[in-house]
Amino acid sequence: MKPKAIHIVGYGINCEEETAFAFEKAGAESKFVHINDLIEKKNLLDEAQILVFPGGFSYGDDTGSGKALANKIRNRLSEEILKFVEKDKLVVGICNGFQVLVSLGLLPATNKNYGKKEVGLLYNTNARFECRWIRLKMNSKKCIFTQGIDEIDIPIAHGEGNFYASKEILKKINQNDQVVFKYIKENGQLANGEFPYNPNGSLEDIAGICDETGRILGMMPHPERAIFTSNHPDYQFMKEKLIREGKKIPEIYEPALKVFQNAVSYFKVKV
Amino acid sequence: MAYRIEVGFKVKDARALTFIKRVSSFGFKIEDARLFDVYTIDKELPEKELKVTAEMLANPVYEDFKINKANDIKGFDWAIEIGYLPGVTDNIASTLKEEIEDLLNEKFAGGEGIYTSRLYFIKGKLKREQVENIALTSYNPLIQRAEIKDSKQYIKEKGMEIIIPKVRLSSDIKADEVDLEVSDEELMAIGKSGVQNADGTRRGPLALDLVSMKVIREYFNKKWRKPTDLELESIAQTWSEHCKHTIFAASFDEIKKGLYKEYIQKSTNEIRKRKGKDDFCVSVFTDNSGAIIFDNEYLVTDKVETHNSPSALDPFGGAITGIVGVNRDAIGFGMGAKPIVNRYGYCFADPRDERPLYKTADKSQKMLIPRKIMEGVIQGVNVGGNCSGIPTPQGFAYFDERYRGKPLVFVGTIGLIPRKVNGKNSCDKCANAGDYIVVIGGRVGADGIHGATFSSEALSSGSPATAVQIGDPITQKKLSDAVVKEARDMGLYNSITDNGAGGISCSVAEMAKESGGFDLDLDKVPLKYPGLTPWEIWVSESQERMTLSVPKQKWPKFKDLMDRRGVEATIIGTFTGDGQAIVRFKGQEVMNVDMEFLHEGLPKKFITSKYTKEKYEEPKNPCPINLTSVLEKMLKRLNIASFEFISNQYDHEVQGGSVIKPLQGKGRVNGYASVVKPRLDSKRGIVVSQGLYPSYSDIDTYHMAASSIDTAIRNAVSVGGNPKKMALLDNFCWCSSNEEERLGQLKAAVKACYDYSLGYEIPFISGKDSMFNDFKGFNEKGQEVKISVPPTLLVSSLGVIDDISYTIDCAVKEPGDLVYLVGETKEELGGSEYFKELGFVGNLVPQVDFKKAKKIYENFYQAVQKRLIASAISVVSGGLGVALAKTAIAGGFGIEADLSKIKTGVKRDDWLLFSESQSRILATVSPKNKEKFEKEMAGVPFYLIGKVRNDDQFVIKGLKGKEIINSKINNLEKAYKETLKNY
Repeated sequence: MKPKAIHIVGYGINCEEETAFAFEKAGAESKFVHINDLIEKKNLLDEAQILVFPGGFSYGDDTGSGKALANKIRNRLSEEILKFVEKDKLVVGICNGFQVLVSLGLLPATNKNYGKKEVGLLYNTNARFECRWIRLKMNSKKCIFTQGIDEIDIPIAHGEGNFYASKEILKKINQNDQVVFKYIKENGQLANGEFPYNPNGSLEDIAGICDETGRILGMMPHPERAIFTSNHPDYQFMKEKLIREGKKIPEIYEPALKVFQNAVSYFKVKV
Repeated sequence: MAYRIEVGFKVKDARALTFIKRVSSFGFKIEDARLFDVYTIDKELPEKELKVTAEMLANPVYEDFKINKANDIKGFDWAIEIGYLPGVTDNIASTLKEEIEDLLNEKFAGGEGIYTSRLYFIKGKLKREQVENIALTSYNPLIQRAEIKDSKQYIKEKGMEIIIPKVRLSSDIKADEVDLEVSDEELMAIGKSGVQNADGTRRGPLALDLVSMKVIREYFNKKWRKPTDLELESIAQTWSEHCKHTIFAASFDEIKKGLYKEYIQKSTNEIRKRKGKDDFCVSVFTDNSGAIIFDNEYLVTDKVETHNSPSALDPFGGAITGIVGVNRDAIGFGMGAKPIVNRYGYCFADPRDERPLYKTADKSQKMLIPRKIMEGVIQGVNVGGNCSGIPTPQGFAYFDERYRGKPLVFVGTIGLIPRKVNGKNSCDKCANAGDYIVVIGGRVGADGIHGATFSSEALSSGSPATAVQIGDPITQKKLSDAVVKEARDMGLYNSITDNGAGGISCSVAEMAKESGGFDLDLDKVPLKYPGLTPWEIWVSESQERMTLSVPKQKWPKFKDLMDRRGVEATIIGTFTGDGQAIVRFKGQEVMNVDMEFLHEGLPKKFITSKYTKEKYEEPKNPCPINLTSVLEKMLKRLNIASFEFISNQYDHEVQGGSVIKPLQGKGRVNGYASVVKPRLDSKRGIVVSQGLYPSYSDIDTYHMAASSIDTAIRNAVSVGGNPKKMALLDNFCWCSSNEEERLGQLKAAVKACYDYSLGYEIPFISGKDSMFNDFKGFNEKGQEVKISVPPTLLVSSLGVIDDISYTIDCAVKEPGDLVYLVGETKEELGGSEYFKELGFVGNLVPQVDFKKAKKIYENFYQAVQKRLIASAISVVSGGLGVALAKTAIAGGFGIEADLSKIKTGVKRDDWLLFSESQSRILATVSPKNKEKFEKEMAGVPFYLIGKVRNDDQFVIKGLKGKEIINSKINNLEKAYKETLKNY
């Protein structure tokens, strides 16, 4: 049976279609659920194995990215979400979805203290929305979504992705293997805060984190926008090279699709 | 009781740091700054809820808050608070209101509200006047207010005051009769400046000329009554240049049918007939967008709009409403298309030009300087496009000092719609008599009154500030999703259209053509605040609204869906079939006009024109010896330089389909065309590009238009576009269109549109015009000035690509590849960037031979299909020299080229390097494909001029075989990226 991914939509979330497509390509079944419908029918969550907070601009980022949607969920759905998290299920938040998870306190949730705000995604150091491709290094043995990925090229598109946490929290998430992705340079070295490799000023070049179980992932970059080779900024170079070598042009950019495949196989393995 | 919550960062705040940097770039020195977001809540709240509200606003990890308590200003010298003026859209406040309503589980009562502002603390030895000017770098007095206190005053008065910018309107709320039995002078005054209020002021332009006013008077005489103000406003909106394109419809010299019918529409009709079963046009010129076939299941739609006048006054608001507004041209196409790509195009004055302009002789109303216009416009499209989740890959920025009084802001949206919706053609829609008239989305306020009539007039001191609106992309995103992703496919409405210029007065009247009439009750229109007069409600251009015709039996389901999606939906009347346009207010009929008169009563205009061509001086200086430095200077020119800073801040990856991106190659060169794959499950793509040469208009508008068309096509072909599956859009942005010479220039340009679209067999499918882009005001010396934009035609292209793996970008790929120039180079430097660099206009403007060009493009397309091309760049402004530099920068390899390989009559190296002869493509080809490529190009001129190097050297030999340029890619790249890098 295909695992079912529920994608929360509405109020300015806008990456649900490509995210759903990526999950389906990876073998999941995708379903869109408007946040208001979920509030009305809370048991909709029961049928899902994967809960997805796609990217976008929920509430236009007004009053701070992710905050308003998180407040609504806190008011209306906190019990159900906590229940979902406690089960052996997966949650992923991409970009605005990551900002929502952080505002909800579902990440990093050190000591499994779900609901406590512990980190922030602040304004980019240039205080401007930035859209560009960057390179990441996978850093966690724990995160379910990212196993088998080493380096990945991937686009970011956000105005508030500057990861911030206190020294204590940073120490904890490092100790607990919760730092999933770090921004690196083209040569594989850590970006060390240097723009544009680290595009937003994130502390310790952190681009994504997971909870202590590895089942909840939040990341600023967009893997769903990178699943085709034709998405890649080097596509034209790569294509020309392959043509000259008489080789086929692959359609799928494996490292990006892998994020979704890992989620799907987590359940397949179990069944 | 009102509460004031201030939220600020506990940690380093990037916004404060960029504020300091920005203020210093305007020439002010400040040592430090802090920022606070201020929320003024005008509603009684229990203490506990108030605290929870503050906690919702501040993330304790990095923010803290104060409630009704001044911040500690220690270490700072000044406090500036910037907030909105009454009635200006405040999106953040709306979101917080929703959050509090959700928290309390109760709605705000009428009169209660939330208002946001931003508080800056500044450290620095500054005088009050300097602080006032610092504030001005960050706010626009037309829509915002600034309060300034020095630290002493701030401490003494315990912070800033609580200011509640509530709208208070106390006008007499009824429709007035207007007496048209007056002198011709008064009739003209009404037409020009609007109906007179009791206090003698006028309500703003109706943009109706004397002939039209007399026709209206006669009409109401026959009805034995005077018109109401609302009727007059309604007719003015419907007849406006903006809505009816009166100049393009007018009898024009010997062209009785008018320019639109005789040239633009006729060419499209002829092409469609010629193409026969290969005709891919589905909807042209009639709906909110034009549409062509994408594949067996889908259509793509396209529309490009301008938002020039509002952007001159409030660049951010003008641009955001522009982009979000043109999105509605997709949503409002057919039964509703999903927006999939945004385009933009800006014509600005040099942002370094600081000469002030004023609206009045006493210098009381200062216009915004070019830099502020540029920054505001760019930011407006940033917020509008990004928040809506629509990729914005394709655009340009063009600079000329004649855009100083009025910038041009082009915004476009491409949509995707299934060809069949519920078994019916998706582009057929029909409001039936008996259907409810339903508006969804935003509420109506006084914002955006007279947008349609105002943009039909030149910008002068009477231009109303109410013409300004600020967009609310999230309100629109909600309605867009609810319509395009749900209601459409559930079959819940019969017709839909956008509320743009003229608001509901235009959208309802337009849709009612389908049914044959309407009967509408203004009391039902949801308002932002009370006190609006009937005519204001009727013509207001408040944003983010669509009008739909909903069958009565489907209303409950429709309403339920909209409620659940957080979209306000309201029945405001009924479509009828009796030929009458009826509007009621408080039980009274305030409009009762025949549909026939409303739509067809506009008197036909007769235009006479003439066109005297000017002769300009030719540059006489000899060919410069150091062409390396000339090339670098060319790369620094505003119209050639990198505008990467714009591309980087517009999301071009959302929706997951980007292929050819705005920045190409390792060198991140701004490309001239973009390719997007709109269906994730298909290899099919669309290519979008454009062409625009305002400086050619100085010499000859016919050739200007021809070059624009050729460029729009060529740019698309250069990345792999198929010239047989391409369509065009026109946007005429003219000036002084009441002057015979300007009209003569227009006629020539439109004629070229006919000749060339037909020549290429590439049809126009949609268009828009903006005819009065003039500024009338005063310069820094108080002298009267009129600044008219150069006659500007933007031609946009849209093409369908069968397989996106057959696309190419502009970056050279491998050392050793052969560099070919395809197409002929002539001594055509009139209006060129090189002549502008030399300070001349010249006379030999590029001329296009479409027969030759068509063959070039068709052969080139075949070569791409055979995978023979490694890279290609369209040769545009700056000519061959700039194209060679850009293709090398993009690929990161040097180039060596020899100009003597080009067969040409051009005698000078600089002419040859920088001639802007059209229909040329610079391509690189693997040596292995040499023969195949040359065979494919048989019958068109092509020249093997050099090869890609294995290093970073950029070397060009001149006509006499001598080295004329010797540079490195790094140097060229530095020059290319320098000019705009700090914006």
